Amino acid sequence: MSGLRELTYADALREALREEMLHDPTVILLGEEIGVFNGVYKVTRGLLDEFGPERVRDTPISEAAIAGAAVGLALGGMKPVAEIMYMDFLPICMDQLSTQAAKMRFMSGGQLKVPMVLRTQYSLGRQHGSQHSQFTPAWFLQVPGIKIVLPSNPHDAKGLLKSSIRDPNPVLFVESGLLYRTKGPVPEEEYLVPLGEAEVKRKGDDVTIVGVSRQVGEALTAAGTLEQAGISVEVIDVRTLQPLDLTTIVESVKRTSRLVIASDDVKTGGVGAEISASVNEKAFDYLDAPIARVACADTPIPFSPPLEREYMPSAASIVKTVTAMMGK
Amino acid sequence: MYRSMLLLRRFEEKVEELFIVKGALIGPSHLYLGQEAIAVGAMSALQPDDQTVTTYRGHGHALAKGVPANLCMAELFGKQTGNCKGLGGSMHVAIYPKVGSLYATAIVGSGIPIAAGVGLALKQKKSKNIVATFFGDGACNTGAFHEGTNLIAVWKLPVLLFCENNQYAMSTPVKKAVSSPSIAERGRSYGMETIVVDGNDVLSVYVATKMAAERARRQGEPTFLECVTYKMKGHGVYDKGEYRPKEEVEKWLSRDPILLFEKRLIDSKTMSRDELNTVSNDVNREMEEAVKFAMQGPVLPFETITDYVYARE
Repeated sequence: MSGLRELTYADALREALREEMLHDPTVILLGEEIGVFNGVYKVTRGLLDEFGPERVRDTPISEAAIAGAAVGLALGGMKPVAEIMYMDFLPICMDQLSTQAAKMRFMSGGQLKVPMVLRTQYSLGRQHGSQHSQFTPAWFLQVPGIKIVLPSNPHDAKGLLKSSIRDPNPVLFVESGLLYRTKGPVPEEEYLVPLGEAEVKRKGDDVTIVGVSRQVGEALTAAGTLEQAGISVEVIDVRTLQPLDLTTIVESVKRTSRLVIASDDVKTGGVGAEISASVNEKAFDYLDAPIARVACADTPIPFSPPLEREYMPSAASIVKTVTAMMGK
Repeated sequence: MYRSMLLLRRFEEKVEELFIVKGALIGPSHLYLGQEAIAVGAMSALQPDDQTVTTYRGHGHALAKGVPANLCMAELFGKQTGNCKGLGGSMHVAIYPKVGSLYATAIVGSGIPIAAGVGLALKQKKSKNIVATFFGDGACNTGAFHEGTNLIAVWKLPVLLFCENNQYAMSTPVKKAVSSPSIAERGRSYGMETIVVDGNDVLSVYVATKMAAERARRQGEPTFLECVTYKMKGHGVYDKGEYRPKEEVEKWLSRDPILLFEKRLIDSKTMSRDELNTVSNDVNREMEEAVKFAMQGPVLPFETITDYVYARE
């Protein structure tokens, strides 16, 4: 039976890894605590037992070595999937991602290929404090050569991860820590979700909300509330930021004439700023209101649970923004 | 080997001339003058399909591994006919996987974790090939050096680490920058077989590499080789290296690796002065042709550069 099964986001990711490891013997996993410990978020549960320590490699706490080794494995003809435990640890291996992996194909004049995936997650909303919570995908928008993938639900988590592993380029695959235990339908049969295609999750006429990662769910909740207030909301899941499916977003905005971008990053210089600027370039004449961003305040993330709750963008903050935009 | 050493020397002398005298080349260019014995000794001891991960001071590694001189020169000129189509330039001229010259990085130390990964790929594939990675004394103080070296040691990867200790990281002498009594200490501290080699003696480098390569091939174990040498000129082509004591420079120039090897060849009656001259003329001719090839080549059309950002398949 297809389409009836429900899996958690973490198990969907695990299934993608397992299927790709079965499908392609060059797929190899490396990272901190992914083997014996089964992964801090259990995404790699059971894979060490099934595939052995040669293909599921526990590493030292050594992010530059993990990312660098992934780059070298890719150059050497393997398909590494490296895990960096928190997105906040990416700057430790930033050189390997932005200055090595992303530029290799270009500066070698097309001689080199770097088919690697670097999985990581952000833990905003899990009381992990300033250094274990931040969501910083926009940094990588300044680095042509690396793809950026952000699944918002179990179905896409699996399909996008499989596509990322098969992609011949470096892919930064950003998971949401808060979503690991959430469930959703995941077909039994094999499928892929292509990189570079946004998805319209809900049709609507009055305003378009583009959601990034966890904010897609918040946007859908907000859309339900707003419907009761007579506001018809279209929700788009961006799914990948590089490549960005601007066509789907612009077509929607041309119909609704209003755009809100919801994401868990800091507002200044964030994902919303980039999408907003691109829509302005393509659809300014269609807009009936200034584009709005729902994002985090320009501060580090506070630990105190009530402060963090207030800090995080939510369905309520989206509702507030859209209501103000509609003049209601 | 002699021809290869001379090719490296003449190539760099030509580059220096094209930069300084003729103004035909621009951008950073880090010459390999004085270090020829290391690249040539090492590459001669490796198999053709062994892999190298090297650096921005990589003209010598490229040529010694077999990247054709005319492609290298065209790359320095930024031409489409260069091995990286002019998109890489001097600091990435040692990227030519066709001859095992896999990668060259312009970020100090960053090649070592990458070499670990290439070594792991070879190990996973049960290949008999190995990786040689080259870096300077300056790299030994970077985080990437320590992280990469540790991983290579802890996973027992078939990697040879060549530290080309040319005594200066830009203008900073090793004594002011490296806390351990020697750089070799650092290799040993990671539990790695470590050898100190006279980096100006091509045969010493050859023998040391041969032994280390066999260990890597047979036992899958890495070796750290500190090759002690000297940068004949400054850090880059425009740096005259005036911060170095005159006596020190003179002492090292008297140990010019090419003169040392010539003397050995003549003393052992392996080659006559006439034979050496024939090689020299042949290399000079190759250099003239390389410059001609480079100057004649077209530049990649700008509208096509976006084609090189992402691979399609």
